[in-house]
Amino acid sequence: MKYVDEFRRKDIARNLAKEIASEADTGRTYNFMEFCGGHTHAIFRYGVQDLMPPNVKFVHGPGCPVCVLPIPRIDMAIEIAERHAAILCTYGDMMRVPASKKNSLIKAKAAGSDIRMVYSTQDALRIARENPDREVVFFAIGFETTTPPTAVAIKQAAAEGLKNFSVFCNHVLTPAAIQHILQSPEVRELGQVPIDGFLGPSHVSAIIGSEPYEFFAEEFQKPVVIAGFEPLDVMKSTLMLIRQVNEGRFEVENEYTRVVTPEGNEVAKDLMAEVFELRRAFEWRGLGEVPYSALRITDKFADWDAEKRFAVTKSTGTDVKGCECPAILRGVKKPTDCKLFGTVCTPDNPQGSCMVSSEGSCAAYWSYGRFRMGRIKETAA
Amino acid sequence: MNMIEKRFPTRINFRRGLVDMTHGSGGRAMAQLIEELFVRHFDNDLLRQGNDQALFTPPSGRLVISTDGHVVSPLFFPGGDIGSLSVHGTINDVAMSGARPLYLSAGFILEEGFPLADLERIVISMAAASRSAGVPVVTGDTKVVERGKGDGVFITTTGVGVVPEGLDISGTNARPGDAILVSGPIGDHGVAIMSSRENLEFETAIVSDSAALHGLVAQMVAAVPEIRCLRDPTRGGLAATLNEIAHQSGVGMRLAEDDIPLRPEVDAACELLGLDPLYVANEGKLVAICPRDRAAALLEVMQAHDRGTGAAIIGEVVEDDMGFVTMETGFGGTRIVDWLAGEQLPRIC
Repeated sequence: MKYVDEFRRKDIARNLAKEIASEADTGRTYNFMEFCGGHTHAIFRYGVQDLMPPNVKFVHGPGCPVCVLPIPRIDMAIEIAERHAAILCTYGDMMRVPASKKNSLIKAKAAGSDIRMVYSTQDALRIARENPDREVVFFAIGFETTTPPTAVAIKQAAAEGLKNFSVFCNHVLTPAAIQHILQSPEVRELGQVPIDGFLGPSHVSAIIGSEPYEFFAEEFQKPVVIAGFEPLDVMKSTLMLIRQVNEGRFEVENEYTRVVTPEGNEVAKDLMAEVFELRRAFEWRGLGEVPYSALRITDKFADWDAEKRFAVTKSTGTDVKGCECPAILRGVKKPTDCKLFGTVCTPDNPQGSCMVSSEGSCAAYWSYGRFRMGRIKETAA
Repeated sequence: MNMIEKRFPTRINFRRGLVDMTHGSGGRAMAQLIEELFVRHFDNDLLRQGNDQALFTPPSGRLVISTDGHVVSPLFFPGGDIGSLSVHGTINDVAMSGARPLYLSAGFILEEGFPLADLERIVISMAAASRSAGVPVVTGDTKVVERGKGDGVFITTTGVGVVPEGLDISGTNARPGDAILVSGPIGDHGVAIMSSRENLEFETAIVSDSAALHGLVAQMVAAVPEIRCLRDPTRGGLAATLNEIAHQSGVGMRLAEDDIPLRPEVDAACELLGLDPLYVANEGKLVAICPRDRAAALLEVMQAHDRGTGAAIIGEVVEDDMGFVTMETGFGGTRIVDWLAGEQLPRIC
C-alpha cells in the first residue's frame, strides 16, 4: 500500500529503536502521554513497546472519542430514539458503549428503537431525505476531526430546508482536555502521573494545526510532538521528545509534517466557527466537568439542534461500580489496575467505555497485549 | 414434460412474477414452483424420484454431515450470490473433515413479494455451482413467510460426505511444532460484500473468493494423509479459526504477519475502513495444520491446485497453556491475534 507501508517498515523501525536506545539516558525514566487512542492502537497493534528500551514508557491518554462521552449523554441519545421515536444515526463505535442500567444503543436497538449505524454524516442526511415523515437525529461525537463533517451536514440541512433532520451535538475539544490533565492535582501536585511530554494528536491537528498547543507547552513546560498514527511516526516522535527532554526544551514540534501545518485547515476551522460555539463546560468521562471543552450549535442553526428540538431528561447515570475507566482515562491507572479488567469486563462484555472501542486502552491491552500478562502470571507462579 | 404441461395449464412467469403465500402452501402453486424451478435446474435422478426424501445406498466408510444457514446481504455480490455461496459453504464444511462430499439438501425460506426473477437467478447459480462441484442437490424444502418477516430469501443447505480410510482430521489434533498453512490471500469475500453494500460507496475490483474446496482437499489428503486439522476461515476470519483450533487442541500459535498472503487492494480497503483483514470473512480458503516435516510437501500440492496457487506457510503451533495466538508483526513487535469481539467496526478518529 503506497504512502502507508513506508511508515511501517521494519528496517527503519530497527534503526530508530537503536537511536532511541542510544539517546535515552539510562539514569532516568521517560513517561510520554500519547493523547490519542489512535496512537494507543498503533503502539499495541504493531508492538511498538517491544522496540523501546525499558525506561521509555507510554502513558495512555483520554483521546478515544467514544470513551470520553459520559453515560448521561448516551442515556439522552437512547431517550431521543426511544421516547421521541426518532431514527438515531450513529457511528458504529458508539453502539456497544455502556449506558446506565446496563443499556446501550445496540440493546435499545434490539428492544425496538430505530438506531442505525452510519459511516458518515452524509448517510444520516440521506436517511432524513428518504424518511420525510420521521425525525432523523445524527448522534455527533468526536474531537475536532469529526466536527467539520457535522458542520457541513447542518449547513446542508439548512440549505435544503430539511426540517426532519437534527444533530445531537457532543463534539469535544482536544487542547482543553490536555490542559485539564496537566492542571489536575495528580499531575501537578501529587506527582502520581509523571508526564514528561506529549505525543500530540495527528488527525485533530490536521484540522486545528500545531499552534493551539503552544500555550500549554510553554505554560506547563512540557514538550509536545505532533505525531502521525503510523508506528514509525510514533517512534520518530518519541525520539524527538527524548531529545527535547535531554536538552531541557519544551517546544511544540511537528513530526507529522506531511499532513499538519502550524495553522491547520482554515476552511474547516471557518466552518466550525460558523456552526458551533463553545459550551461553558462539558462533562467528560474520567475528567469530569472541563471548562470550555466542547461545542454546541449556534443560535443561527438552532432549528437543527436536537437538544432544542426534543425535551430530553437530564440523566444522572454513573459508571458501573468498580470500573476504573475514569482513572485510566486520566492516565492515573493502567487497565491492569482495574479489578473488573479481564474478569467481568472484556471486549465481549464491556463494563466501561475503554473496553469498547479499539482505541480504548483497556481494549488494546486485552486484545493485543494480553499475552504479556499471561507470561507474567506464569513467571510468578 | 407432457405430464407437467397437463398439471399446470400456464407456466410460471419468471420474468415479472412475485413469490406469494401460495408458493409455500402445499398446493398446486407450490408443486408447480418445485417442478418448473427446482427440479428443472437441479435435475438429477434422486430428485426426480419426487419423494420427500432422497434414497441412496451410502458407500462404505465413515460418513460426515454438516449444515449451514445462509442469510447474506446483499443477495448478489461481486464473485457470487447467495445461491453459489450456499453450495460452496456446505461443501467446504463437509470437505474440512477430509471427506469427499456426496449429496446436498437445500431448504428455502422465501419472503412474500420476492421477485421470481431473482429467485430463478439464484437457483440457476446454485445449480451451476452444484454441477461444477459434482455434488447434486437431491432433496429440498420451500417455505414462504409473510412480507417483512424474511429478507428476500434464506437458504439452508446440508451436505453428506464420506471420509477416506486412514484420515484423522480434527480441530483437536494440532500439536506443538506443527506447521500452519493457508491456501491463499485472505479477506476477499468480506471486503467484496462490504464494498457492495448500498450505504458504503466504495468501488473496488475485489471479488468474493467463494469456491468449493473439496477438489483441493482431495489432492491434499492424498499427498499428505498426516494432515491434522483443516478448517475454512469464514465468519470471524483467519483469527477466529486459529483461536478455535488453539482452544480445541490446547495449544498456542505463533504467526508471522509478513508471511500471511493478502491482496494489496484488500489491504488498502481494510486500511480505509479501519478493519483488520485477519477478521474478515473468506469463502474459498482453508487453513491446514500438519506435522512440520510434511509442510513443504503439502505446500507444493496446494500451490499446484487452482484453488491454492497463493498458499503459504504462515506460522507454527507452539506449547502455550493460555492458548494464545500471537503474531510477530511486520513492524518487528509482537501482538495477540484475539477472537473477534462483537462486530468489526470502522474507527472514528
